[in-house]
Amino acid sequence: MKVSMTVNGDQNSNDVEPRLLLVHYLREVLGLTGAHIGCETTQCGACTVLVNGDSVKSCTMLAVQADGADVLTIEGLQKDGKMHAIQEGFWEEHGLQCGYCTPGMIMSTLQLLQRNPHPSEAEIREGLQGNLCRCTGYHNIIKSVQHAAEHMKEGAAAD
Amino acid sequence: MVLPKLVGSPIKRREDPRLVEGTSTYVDDIKLHGTLYCGIVRSVYAHARIKSIDTEAARQHPGVFAVVTGEDLKAGGIGMLPVAHRFGEGLKVPPRYPLAVGEVHFAGEAVAAVVATDRYVARDAVDLVQVEYEPLPAVVDLDAAYAGAPYVHEEFGTNIAFEWKLFNESGASIGEADVKLSQRIENQRLAPVPMETRGVVADYDKGKKSLTLWTSTQIPHLLRTFLSLLIGMPEHHVRVVAPEVGGGFGQKLNVYAEEGIASALSIQLGRPIKWIESRAESMASSIHGRGQTDYVDVGATKDGKITHLHVHILADLGAYHQLLTPVIPTLTGLMLTGPYTIPNLQCTVHGLFTNKVPTDAYRGAGRPEATYLIERVCDLVADATGVDPVEVRRRNFIGSDKFPYTTAAGLAYDSGNYPLALDKALSHIKYDEFRAEQAAARKNGKYLGIGFSTYVEVCGMGPSAAMPAGFGWESSTVRVDPTGKVTVTTGASPHGQGQETTFAQIAADELGVGVDDVIINHGDTAGSPYGVGTFGSRGTAVGGAAMMLAIQKVQEKAKRIAAHMLEASVDDITFENGKFGVKGAPDRAKSLGEIAWIAYTADTIPASIEPGLEATSFFEPPNFTYPFGTHIAFVEVDGDTGEVTLKRYVAVDDCGRVINPMIVDGQVHGGLAQGIAQALFEEVIYDDQGQLVTGSLMDYALPTARGLVSFETDHTTTPSPVNPLGVKGVGEAGTIGSTPAIVNAVVDALKPFGVTHIDMPMRGEKLWRIMNK
Repeated sequence: MKVSMTVNGDQNSNDVEPRLLLVHYLREVLGLTGAHIGCETTQCGACTVLVNGDSVKSCTMLAVQADGADVLTIEGLQKDGKMHAIQEGFWEEHGLQCGYCTPGMIMSTLQLLQRNPHPSEAEIREGLQGNLCRCTGYHNIIKSVQHAAEHMKEGAAAD
Repeated sequence: MVLPKLVGSPIKRREDPRLVEGTSTYVDDIKLHGTLYCGIVRSVYAHARIKSIDTEAARQHPGVFAVVTGEDLKAGGIGMLPVAHRFGEGLKVPPRYPLAVGEVHFAGEAVAAVVATDRYVARDAVDLVQVEYEPLPAVVDLDAAYAGAPYVHEEFGTNIAFEWKLFNESGASIGEADVKLSQRIENQRLAPVPMETRGVVADYDKGKKSLTLWTSTQIPHLLRTFLSLLIGMPEHHVRVVAPEVGGGFGQKLNVYAEEGIASALSIQLGRPIKWIESRAESMASSIHGRGQTDYVDVGATKDGKITHLHVHILADLGAYHQLLTPVIPTLTGLMLTGPYTIPNLQCTVHGLFTNKVPTDAYRGAGRPEATYLIERVCDLVADATGVDPVEVRRRNFIGSDKFPYTTAAGLAYDSGNYPLALDKALSHIKYDEFRAEQAAARKNGKYLGIGFSTYVEVCGMGPSAAMPAGFGWESSTVRVDPTGKVTVTTGASPHGQGQETTFAQIAADELGVGVDDVIINHGDTAGSPYGVGTFGSRGTAVGGAAMMLAIQKVQEKAKRIAAHMLEASVDDITFENGKFGVKGAPDRAKSLGEIAWIAYTADTIPASIEPGLEATSFFEPPNFTYPFGTHIAFVEVDGDTGEVTLKRYVAVDDCGRVINPMIVDGQVHGGLAQGIAQALFEEVIYDDQGQLVTGSLMDYALPTARGLVSFETDHTTTPSPVNPLGVKGVGEAGTIGSTPAIVNAVVDALKPFGVTHIDMPMRGEKLWRIMNK
């Protein structure tokens, strides 16, 4: 089947099997390996990307379901070679260790801060409930999100 | 100018930009031209005879290149999976091939492998392989396994793989003790669950007759050795690379069937072979941890002094031995007395085969079980004697003036100050006020609890002579390049610990260069000295120490070259603020870069000095290190639902000298999450047929952000005398210390219901039943 979508601002179009998962389309067809696969059953969130502005676990969405969509992955977050405030926040506050959950965690954080630019700790914990991390105990992830919230310019989250 | 010291500073991690930008390369991100995908057919039975395997339909499927069974691999010269420990002759070792031959012994065991054009076709082909089984009775329960038939391995006529004993008693018997108590304590099976599952890419080069294996592992060098033996390829023709590794926690401290299978298939087909483990496969076939039932008898004085500790450990080994399986419960035995002066110790370990995934090292590996047991015992003694649980611990502590201290188990603790850590932790809380608050809350049907854990653990694994399979050392090469930049290789291959940062901090300080002038290479057996790996909280304590020794050799040689350049005696050369100079003439001092250029151009150095500026060292630690600390947990148990809420967690840890406090705290946080999760959430469950019930992350309760709190961490610093850095290690301490603090807090909360022990995990339903009996 033919599938077309915009990924990180670039238009692409490919013939794919109907059963191809979006995460495999991004990783194998487009070579964007930032979204990781940690569970295949929508629990861990390592594969989180934004599809038409909504955070989606790309391991349980078919590529053909994203036909015509606007997709944002971790690779599309930088602007002019500069890290996004959320990426800076995770680096600054040691919000990662092995880094495997990090791209998904950052994409979920983006969605969280778009909807709630100044979340409380409880709201951050609630908002990242769908992303699992085995290394950090979430302590520094909370601080990373708070750091990002403080440093994100008004309106920047919507970019 | 005085250069600022990097060691001790919370500098940001140098590995992070690639990780937050999503550009790092984990195994599944490696794309080699012509790669084929491997899928594994796994046993659906816990115990069965393989009657036949029909591979024809799979072979005929479009896009399938090969289907192999255990018999095929065996006929092709592939051997048995390695068992690395030296356990003596009594150990029963069942044969285990990468693909089962004749019989399967756990649900999830690999039975056949397929190779296809992509992972979707490989998955189709897996479903087309027809295996006919004759089911056999499964052994699941530990007490039943110990009692007798049925047997996991019929040929042994027992499920007991080994018996290990420790006996150190003198004087009065336990029967004469003032206070005697007994308790059965379960330490449930857990799954390590690194967020990246395992995976391999095997690439055989026909021309060079050489194999490269990229694999998500903690031990690339050891794996290379064992893989060469497994597949019968000379070791020097094998290269193993650990790329970015997405967590390990001990699960990747092993040699697995798929590493051999993919290698064999790449050699057979002459194509790169990729296999990526699914989460379901990870849960059902990669090693689990813990899994003990402990029968404990304690003798104590009326004052709460523990005089006798007798423990019978039934250890769940699973169906086979992996690399270190039987060693893990013996570590429990060795650490049973914790930070206490318990004079009389008896321990018997029975390692038991069951029809389940093999157990092996999971974060803490044997020590969490010991700490959980002895810290529960402290509270049981407090209950029995009426002495406060804090006071029981204080009365039994090894004095801070008694180090090095030899325990009843025969270990020599390197250094420690247990009361100091306890006092510091207590200074963070208001203990008396809490007890008053607790008493008042109980009157209102609100159940608050406080739990203590004053742990000590053993890490910094080696020395070699005390290790279960040797390999207690670590290696490092330090090379100063002609332009003065520093290239370090370490055998300690990290998987999230941040060694590219901490090692660079040490090297930069010691060589007088900036941290960005140092690169830390690891994880590739080509172009580095043979190394061991990162496990047992040994990365810095052993690997960092090896680098330190190599740096000292480089410093010595740099001084000799500087002496020649400055026309001075070597004895007069000083090294201060990054410059090698002559005593009393600092203006003539030379930088490392200036010296390196002379070392490599080599046209002006005397014949007595070899060209180049590089050194390799192997560090063999003289002893283990023994980090310690005090953890305090506050919980509330909901009177209506039994649900536990973690209210507050204070952790004071002593890991010796700290290289990077930010990274140390990160290690503590992650460790705490895993230890707390054992107490509250996690449990691998098999049904009575040996079917895995908790086979996905839907069913296995990993902690989420909502189930935890922000931790309050603090430290004391008692340097270790056993390595040149004074570090002890911190990778596992959080996990080891935290589990009993939580359980002690929950039991404390439910004291009004007359309860003195509850087995983990502390599920709401279980607690509700206790409150509503």
